[in-house]
This record gives sequence, structure tokens and C-alpha cells, in this order.
Amino acid sequence: MKTVRSMVLVSNDPLSQARGAQAVYQRLEQEIAARGLTDEISLMTVDDVGRHDTVPMVIVYPEAVIYGPVKPDDVAMLVEEHLYKGRIASGLLAPARELTGRIAWLSARKGTLPAEQRIVLERAGLIDPESIEDYIIHDGYVALGKVLTQMKPTDVIAELEQSGLQGRGGAGFPTGLKWKFVSKAPGDRKYVICNADESEPGTFKDRLVLEGDPHTILEAMTIAAYAVGASEGYIYVRGEYVLAQQRLKKAIEQARALNLLGENIFGSAFSFDIHVHAGAGAYICGEETALIESIEGKRGEPRSRPPYPTTHGLWGKPTLVNNVETLANITAIIRNGAAWFRKFGTPKSPGTKVYTILGNVNVTGLIEVPMGITLREVIAIYGKGMKNGSSLSLAQTGGSSGSIIPASLQDTPMDFESFGKAGVSLGSGALLICDDTTCVVDLAKVLLNFFRNESCGKCTPCRIGTERAYQILANICEGTGTRNDLAQLTMLADSLTALSNCGLGQTAATPIRDMFKHFSGEVDAHIQLKVCPAGVCSMSGRRL
Amino acid sequence: MTQLLEKYPAEIEKILDKYPPDRKRSAVLPLLYIAQKEYGYCTPDAIREVAGIVGVEPTEVESVVGFYTLFYDHPVGEHVVQICNDLPCALRGSEQFLDHACKKLGLDKHKVEHGGQTTTDGSVTLESVVCLGACDKAPMMQIDLEYFERLSNEDFDRIIEEMLAKSNHG
Repeated sequence: MKTVRSMVLVSNDPLSQARGAQAVYQRLEQEIAARGLTDEISLMTVDDVGRHDTVPMVIVYPEAVIYGPVKPDDVAMLVEEHLYKGRIASGLLAPARELTGRIAWLSARKGTLPAEQRIVLERAGLIDPESIEDYIIHDGYVALGKVLTQMKPTDVIAELEQSGLQGRGGAGFPTGLKWKFVSKAPGDRKYVICNADESEPGTFKDRLVLEGDPHTILEAMTIAAYAVGASEGYIYVRGEYVLAQQRLKKAIEQARALNLLGENIFGSAFSFDIHVHAGAGAYICGEETALIESIEGKRGEPRSRPPYPTTHGLWGKPTLVNNVETLANITAIIRNGAAWFRKFGTPKSPGTKVYTILGNVNVTGLIEVPMGITLREVIAIYGKGMKNGSSLSLAQTGGSSGSIIPASLQDTPMDFESFGKAGVSLGSGALLICDDTTCVVDLAKVLLNFFRNESCGKCTPCRIGTERAYQILANICEGTGTRNDLAQLTMLADSLTALSNCGLGQTAATPIRDMFKHFSGEVDAHIQLKVCPAGVCSMSGRRL
Repeated sequence: MTQLLEKYPAEIEKILDKYPPDRKRSAVLPLLYIAQKEYGYCTPDAIREVAGIVGVEPTEVESVVGFYTLFYDHPVGEHVVQICNDLPCALRGSEQFLDHACKKLGLDKHKVEHGGQTTTDGSVTLESVVCLGACDKAPMMQIDLEYFERLSNEDFDRIIEEMLAKSNHG
């Protein structure tokens, strides 16, 4: 039987070819054969290794040593040293990749913008998401190897706490602390869940991570499981995200085949496996307890908290639930260390944030920028300015459960701390930029329409409250709103916040509150003058 | 009532394996997907069979079907077309796109917006839905969960005609 002990990859992108990759490959073939190693060493080419400064490159696995640029004449020495004698040919090593700049951008426009730094989207769009080899070449499973061979679970959690990473699902809870809670929770079985039920309107960052870099989620979940002591993991993927489900399932099979999942991973005592569980179309299942109910095969109705999933989660066991974007930070933090991660963002909100830019800007799409960038910068640099030279009138951050913010807040740094102080929510990272052709009352109406559709109906304040609030806003848009309606709306917002069972009802009040807080003039115009300043509302005189 | 079990024994076993043996109920959602693929919607018989496999009352499975929008407890068209009409899409003209789609398929927009409507020949069900996560590429739609993005009215006509032509031949 043939047992391969090393895998040698030669970069074969056009630039590498131009610089003699083919000759390097042929020399490798000859030298390996000359030493009788052909059966032990698998030689192959890779299309793109993600960097072009040092091509052609030769990468040797399982050590993941990167040589480059390699000339045909270097090959004999490389084969003798590394493949024959088992020593690293240090003279040929590729220089470590320098971290440049601080801003990332994912799209065809890549390269035309300020220099890149991606953490979450490190590989998305750059690697073949269906190839585990490609992932491994791009530093894949290095973090897991480090964790399982060099770190105790408590070390992993300490590293994460030092990094200051906060949950990217919207609430910004310190991730390290959450891991610690689960690790300390008593229980014979524990679970790790990846919340991939992204359905916040205007948000599609998680989908692109799942579709573009599925292995990073598997690797991060495995690290999390090791840290908290879990044996099984589930990825709850939104039912509509079919491609993401397929890629994840394929990635899981590949990882199992290489023993990166399953029994005794990396030959350690640690065993862990992951399953994909598809949702079936329910926004509320993004709420972690509703999500757990859904995995249990029930209606996705949120549970009362406390107890929290960290102690009483899936099937009553301690459960770690992390969002996709949160998990996508983990491997980079482990590989590069907490201090490195803290170089990005602000002291209290380290790292980057992935945003989706939408609405009345010239360029829409997905960006990864450091925490603390301002909305004005985002619009100017990445949105390439407002459409038709119009001016910003309002923005909605964080999808339906986020905030409506006025133009006056466009210089507030976008991080958990500064936004929290300003009383607005960063939420899921959707940035809907609106000019003066958008009416805030109409916007609030559309948002409440969303909530009344998505309310699960379990608790009355939310089920009735969202419906009633929608009707009142619809009346205001038809020009038949009264002063009394405004008082009612305020009351509804209060009861939604105070009495709703879960975050859905509680945040349904946010658009109403933001509207009153920042845009009372526009609301008054609808009520007193029966005029929609933006000219959007029909003001037909109908009343529901 | 073991049609699904007889026809898909391996798939069903694989699904049940994902969950602890005493937590079979977790398989309800994946099993309903199989049932729906087989029958076009979650038929009463299929619901009873799924309930039997996981060991709960049929009414509990029925309540799950009723909760999730991707499960249907009534027959739907051969193809399900979902047009996203959420806020970011609406700002990029999805409303007009939906109008056009209704007109093209001869459907009533009010009904499409309130639970969906199926063409009289049963070929297409059209639904207006909330965010499908492709906001920068609006107007967009999913046909049988496949994404179609940056659409014009002409694109819609072409895609629908091609789809119908294909299913008529197949």
C-alpha cells in the first residue's frame, strides 16, 4: 500500500507560470524520483495561493512550510533538506506576510480601495470553498492544531478574553466570557451551536462567509468545543440558504475524512463532530432560545430567560451559541494572538466589523472595516458618495431590529461602546443609507410590517402590539393620523419593550422610538399639516 | 403508512443519526423536507408518518408545519417563486418588479402578498417575502430556493418562460 507522508504543492497561477513554475514542478518530479520518494510524496499544483509577491511558491504539508520564490536550481537542495532529511530549508523560506493597512473589501472592486486587512473575510472569495486543501494552504486548521497540541482549554478562553472579541450577532456580549460560562457550567454533555440563521433585513454577511469559507466555521466550532468541553455541534442554517448548507455539508465530510472532525482529532483525546440543521423560514429562530427549540424539532418560540443557554440550552444541557461572524474571528485570533487582534478597532471594541452597505449610495455591497469607523467615512470611501449627489437624511443600522439614526450621528464612531452611549444599536451590520427621498414614517411602517409578520404569536404584547402599531403608522402615512395616535404609539412602544417575551418584540419598539426621538418634525408634518415632506406617503385620506 | 421510510431508508437513518437516540423529535424539520420534496407539500399522511418516526403526536408535527414558512400544508405550484420585498429591496424597485410578476402570471398582488397565490394551471406559486439576504442585488427572487439576482422585468419573463418550457418537456 502506498502511504503518502508529505504533500508538495506548487503554485501555478499565471504569474507563477510566467516565473517558471513549470520548470520548478518538473525538477521536483525528477528530484523526488531520483531519491526514490515518488510513492511517499504527493506532488501537485494549486491555482492560486493568495499571494503573488513570492511566486513561484512550493508549499509542503503537513508542516505547512512555504518556500518562495523557488527557482529550478533551488529544487535539489529543497528536496534533499526537507523531503529527504526532514529539515526545513530555511534559506528558501518565503518571507512572512506583512500585515498592511487596515481595511478590507470583498468584491470585484478589490484593489481599488484603501489597503486591505481582512479577518472575518480573510479567505472568502479568495479560495475555493469546496476544497479543504485550498483552505489548508491559506493557514487553515493551523489554529486547531495549535490549540490541541499547545493549549489547555483555559488558555484558549484566556486568549479570547484578552482579545476583547464581542459577539457579532448584534448584542456585543464578550465572547470569551460566554465561553467561560459554558466551560464552567456543570454537565456531562455540552453543545456548541453556530447561529447561521441570518435573516435580519439588509444583512447577508454570514451567507457570504458560509458560502465562501465554510471550513473556518468548522475549525472555530471545534476550537470552541475543546475550550468549553463540548462533544457535539450543530450549525443552524437558514432554510433559504441552500448553497451554504451544501458547502457546509461537503466541508464537514472533507474534515471528517482528514480526522479534523470525529474521534481523537489530531491524535489527541479530544473528539467532536458537527451536523448541519436547516431552518425552515422563521426570522425568530435567529433568537438563540428559539433556535434551540427549532433544533429540538419544535415551533421556534423563544424560551423565557434566565436560565440562559450557557447552562440550560439544547436538550437542557449547557450550550454555547455563537454567530457566524463571531466564529469567523476565532482562528485568526488563535493564530496571531490577542495582542494582534487588538491592533484593529478601538480599545473597547477591538477587531473589525463586516457591514453591508445598501440604499442610496453609488456603490452597494459588503465591506470589512475596523470597529470605530464613522458612517461618513463608510459613505464617502466605500459607498463612493451619495447617489445623484443627494445628502444623507437618515440611516438604518443593524436591520429591522437596529436603529434609525439621523444624519447628525454620522460622525459617531461605529463601535459597540460609542453607539451604545448614543443610544443606538450597531446590530447585525446592515447599513441602509437613505437620502431625502425616504420618509421616516414610511420606513417605520415597513419595519413594523416586518415585525407583525415575523412575530411568532406566543406572547400578546408582541402579537397584538406590532399589528396595532403597524395600523397606526399606516394611518399616519395615509394622512389620517391624529395626536391621539401618537400617544397610543408611544404606549405600544413602552409595552412592547417592557412586556415582550423576547428580543423580537422588544426591538420592534425601536423604530417607533427613534422616529419620535430624531424625526419629530417629519411626524408632525404628517399629522398637523397632512403633508409628507419626502413626498413618499400617499396621504390619501383613508383610515384603516 | 411507511412510504417515506420505504423509499428513503438511508436518508432517514442518516438524519436520525444526527441527534441523540432519545431526541428523535429533532428530526422533524429534516423529515418534513423529505416529505415535502416527495409530495409537493406536507400531506396529512406524511405528517402522520413523520410523527410516527419520531414518536410524537401528529398534531405536534402539524403545529411545526404551520409555524415555518418553507413548509406548506396545502398543495402549491410545481415551482415556488419568492420575490423579496423587504426594505432594502423596496428601495431598489422590488415593488414594481412584484407588480410586473403578478401581471405576467395573472395573479392578484394582494393575495400574493398575503400568503401567496398559485396560477390556475398549478405551475407556479408566487409569494412576496421578507429578506432573503441578497439586498445589494435587488430586485431578486428565489425559485425553488435558487437565487436569481439583479433582475429586470424582461429577466423575469425570460426566466419564467424557460422554467415552464423545461418542466413541460420534463
